[in-house]
Amino acid sequence: MRRIGVFICWCGTNIAATVDIETVIKEAREMPGVVYAGDNKYMCSETGQTQIKGTIVQQKLDRVVIASCSPRMHELTFRKTAAAAGLNPYLVEIANVREHCSWVHKDKDAATVKAVALIRTAVAKAALDTGLEPQEFVVTRRALVIGGGIAGIQAALDIAEAGYAVDLVERTPSIGGRMAQLDKTFPTLDCSACILTPKMVDAAAHPNINLLTYSEVEEVEGYVGNFEVTIRQKARSVDAAKCTGCGLCFEKCPSKVKSEFDEGLALRKAIYVPFPQAVPNIPVIDRDHCRWFSKKKCGVCKKVCPASAVDFEQSDVLIKQKYGAIVVATGFDLIGFEIFGEFGYGKHPDIITSMEFERLVNASGPGGGKLLKPSNQQPPKNVVFVHCVGSRDKSRGKPYCSKICCMYTAKHAVLLKEKHPEAQAYVFYIDVRTAGKDFEEFHRRAVEEYAAVYLRGLVGKVFPSGDKLLVNGVDTLSNQAVEIEADLVVLAAALTPRHDAEGLARMLGIGSDAHNFFVEAHPKLRPVESHTAGLFLAGTCQGPRDIPETVAQAGAAAAKAIALLNKETLLSDPCVSAVDESLCTGCLACLKVCPYKAISDKPLTEKVHGRQRRRLVAEVNKALCQGCGACSAACRPGAMNLLGFSNEQLLAEVDAICL
Amino acid sequence: MQELAEISGEKINDCYQCGKCTAACPVNPFMDILPHQVLRLLQLGQVEQVLQSKTIWVCATCFTCAGRCPRDVDLSVVMEALRAILLRQRGGSRLKGEDMPCLIRKGMPEQGIVSGFRKYTK
Repeated sequence: MRRIGVFICWCGTNIAATVDIETVIKEAREMPGVVYAGDNKYMCSETGQTQIKGTIVQQKLDRVVIASCSPRMHELTFRKTAAAAGLNPYLVEIANVREHCSWVHKDKDAATVKAVALIRTAVAKAALDTGLEPQEFVVTRRALVIGGGIAGIQAALDIAEAGYAVDLVERTPSIGGRMAQLDKTFPTLDCSACILTPKMVDAAAHPNINLLTYSEVEEVEGYVGNFEVTIRQKARSVDAAKCTGCGLCFEKCPSKVKSEFDEGLALRKAIYVPFPQAVPNIPVIDRDHCRWFSKKKCGVCKKVCPASAVDFEQSDVLIKQKYGAIVVATGFDLIGFEIFGEFGYGKHPDIITSMEFERLVNASGPGGGKLLKPSNQQPPKNVVFVHCVGSRDKSRGKPYCSKICCMYTAKHAVLLKEKHPEAQAYVFYIDVRTAGKDFEEFHRRAVEEYAAVYLRGLVGKVFPSGDKLLVNGVDTLSNQAVEIEADLVVLAAALTPRHDAEGLARMLGIGSDAHNFFVEAHPKLRPVESHTAGLFLAGTCQGPRDIPETVAQAGAAAAKAIALLNKETLLSDPCVSAVDESLCTGCLACLKVCPYKAISDKPLTEKVHGRQRRRLVAEVNKALCQGCGACSAACRPGAMNLLGFSNEQLLAEVDAICL
Repeated sequence: MQELAEISGEKINDCYQCGKCTAACPVNPFMDILPHQVLRLLQLGQVEQVLQSKTIWVCATCFTCAGRCPRDVDLSVVMEALRAILLRQRGGSRLKGEDMPCLIRKGMPEQGIVSGFRKYTK
């Protein structure tokens, strides 16, 4: 006979106000296998835990049921308590009588009946609990950071400073990301490049950081502590060891292509460095647009290179490396404008995105930061800014708020006035959201000192009229339709995850939301961890955020990664799947449903009626298995069991409720 | 209000008053209350004021507001529902049948004539 102890927590009045504790104790004492039932006002407190420990020893308990809050809250606490009293921690069950009972019911009698039922269920499961032992495995003490924007750079620097090797993978030819494209930053108007480039240089110079630019992650296998990653380092066609960064090659290159870095507002060459402060300062040949690669003609860059660094024969290199932790920091894209025809984006050069405005106002951007109209290189007079283009738009765009647009538009209104004091900014908005340190003050400055006219309402249509743009909008505060003759229209486009974020999420095995932003393990308490152990999130790949938040989150993700790499070995969660090989038919339905690639097939040789026979059975890699239970549900012969949640235990729970 | 909700099937409270409907409306200069104000008054339960407005009859049902609304509120359907509420009351047609022939001009699309009838009679 089992010796089960039931401990009922009042949780102050959280449980005790709705559940009659005395009745519950009385009922619990009658349950099969229960030798003790007691209560405490706060079971998680020091006294509560002492009570549990003492009772386990005195009553020689071999199973423990705690009726309290959600196991997400305190399962670990009580497992540790039991372990301290010498009990295997996996012999503890939690009956959630708070979230599943007292918090959601008002009728005390009915809630008491339900609490008793929940405890009976937990007792039935506990009776079938077996002690489980976690396994130990060695951690690879190297980190991978995916994405070389400010988030990735910060995370890489922090991890490297802690003494661990970091590979920083960046898809484009230079690290720097979105922040490198920006002109000034709100609310202080710091020059974005001036504060970013030292960090870029630090990252490149750090002995523990290995920069892999123009590279992409191609395959991810393995598990926390031991990820095996394949990275494709694309052929630069320039030998990084020989190149001196003199720039003669792109000076002479005859092929011109729209610059991605300048948002298509300026041209770059086919051999190029994306921007003057690029790190590494080594050009790359865009093979799709290079005359040598398309027509086998030209080769001027190779001829002029004084260091003989141009190498047309270079090919992609596949790098295979093991990592203990991965930080994902892939950043954002802007929403496509094809569906927002009313703004006329793409039909007139003076209708631009906020990102294009950043380039026009930036000293290293097209026009040297003079902020002139793209159509005729004249200074703009009336500039209309439109908030929420695609944001807060559940019908055609994204339902969420892109968070940074209110602030950067205020910044743009300020920068406009600084460049062209005679110019006038009109800002169409729905709400101005300035929740951040010094944000509201900055916005007010744009209105009060820089005389930006804020119009509460959106824009219905933008269309060319002569050499101007007519903007039809509304001011809902004065209830007037508004028409403005604008020289430049700037659209604050919604932030979205990178267009290929979904594929990366699948490759990494991390969750993403309906919009493909990566999902944190807990929105409040685990904001930088993904659902998959060892994978951490930083920056706008998780949701719209500004630079300070991104840097803070990158530091937090790095801290989590460092904490992981600090450990020589890790303990695995023993609640994983186990195969009963005698029942397994080798159909491998489990292999198909396993989202963690934890199941493989294994040939089994056995003697049947005196004859050797070979058959296939499923095998679970305990380190890869996350204990989701999909295999157990898919298994037809019932050979797959999730340890700690076996089929027998689940059925016993159902019986305890229903019978 | 309930009748309006039943006829239109639109969720008035989804509107967050961004004014996009008004900004996009091609006939807003001829309205006494603007499209976004129609929704605001309805949110406040002031149906009578809306029913007495010129706006609901000026609305050309061009669906621009519906197409641009970021909150999936189809204002053109709400306008139609408001008109239907009035049309379903008996008596007091805004036009007499015998007045119609002189209003019909050559080249008017048949669809326009039919919807004109619908709109101006009870």
